[in-house]
Amino acid sequence: MTGTAGTCPTLYAVPNESSPERALIVVPAWNEEQTVGDTIREIRVALPGVDVLVVDDGSTDRTRAIARAEGVMVLELSYNLGVGGAMRAGFRYAVRHGYTAVVQVDADGQHNPGDVPALLAKLAEADVVIGTRFAKDDRYRASGPRRLAMVVLAKVMSRLAGAPLTDTTSGFKATGRRALPLFAEHYPVEYLGDTVESLVIALRAGCRVAQVPTTMRPRLGGQPSHRPLKSAIYLCRATFALLLALVRRWDGAIGEPAKPQVTDITDEVVL
Amino acid sequence: MNSYLVALVGSLLVLAGIFELLRRRQLSEKYAVLWLVVGILLVVLTIFPGLLSRISRAVGVSLPSNLLFFVGIVFLVGVALHLSWELSRLENETRRLAEDLAILRLEVQQQAKKTAEDENR
Repeated sequence: MTGTAGTCPTLYAVPNESSPERALIVVPAWNEEQTVGDTIREIRVALPGVDVLVVDDGSTDRTRAIARAEGVMVLELSYNLGVGGAMRAGFRYAVRHGYTAVVQVDADGQHNPGDVPALLAKLAEADVVIGTRFAKDDRYRASGPRRLAMVVLAKVMSRLAGAPLTDTTSGFKATGRRALPLFAEHYPVEYLGDTVESLVIALRAGCRVAQVPTTMRPRLGGQPSHRPLKSAIYLCRATFALLLALVRRWDGAIGEPAKPQVTDITDEVVL
Repeated sequence: MNSYLVALVGSLLVLAGIFELLRRRQLSEKYAVLWLVVGILLVVLTIFPGLLSRISRAVGVSLPSNLLFFVGIVFLVGVALHLSWELSRLENETRRLAEDLAILRLEVQQQAKKTAEDENR
């Protein structure tokens, strides 16, 4: 189904293959006022000179004000769209402004900005690079049904990708220039869509997916969901999301040009 | 005879309600036709109760009310499915608009900042 992989469809408008690398860090943030400032400062220290775009996903707290005060670009979504929607907005901004790579760094401080260069480097051989939590050390441990879900997902996705993928639900991901236009148009917005389904879409479009070991840190704020019932529900939903992703058609199948949905809002404005 | 009157008044009220919604432009045309047909059918069936028995005998349903329930349920399931579909589509559209709006807002800000810098120079 995924074919022999190799190249992402070139039918999507790809910025000049030889254009210089321009990375954009996208930070989806929903009510993360406690951690977003630290996250931004940390990114700045680890990656001086790299553009940062905070996507404020309809926060009701001071998230956007804090991000603004840090002087980074802020996309203000009018209401909560979920991580998938926030990321799609980020991808679309990146494509409109000629970025060649996007790295998602969560605002809760779980992702270590110090790992971003490793992800970007790996983009030389893949179109989507996952920063995985399990390959390096096991400080981040899940248990019970949640762990089972992760293991099953990893097995299935590795098979699809033809490469070992140990952590398919990691949000820490780098997207290269060939997968960017695909994600800008088709990034899934539903539950787990931003992780599992997006990988399936990338693979089905012929993108190469690889992983890089990273160290996940405990969240600076917010609560991880590790209660058994919640984990069981997670298992069911993850399985369902995977099955759905596998059988789903999405407009813009390989071989036919992606049709613009809501038309380009303005002609390309590069600032 | 009394129940006949109640049924007649009821179905006429439904029809009037649909018509009024349509007249106030509260119901878009694609749904209006559907509900108008339903309303009219309802009135016709109330005025001629014999019609339903004759139809059910023709299709081989022994109890006329069962035919009515069956058709009604199939119809309602269809409507619910259609509405879910319509809702998903609308949600997708509003999501895109929200994304577009956010992107444009940022671009306008950037443009304004750039213009201000240019003027100061």
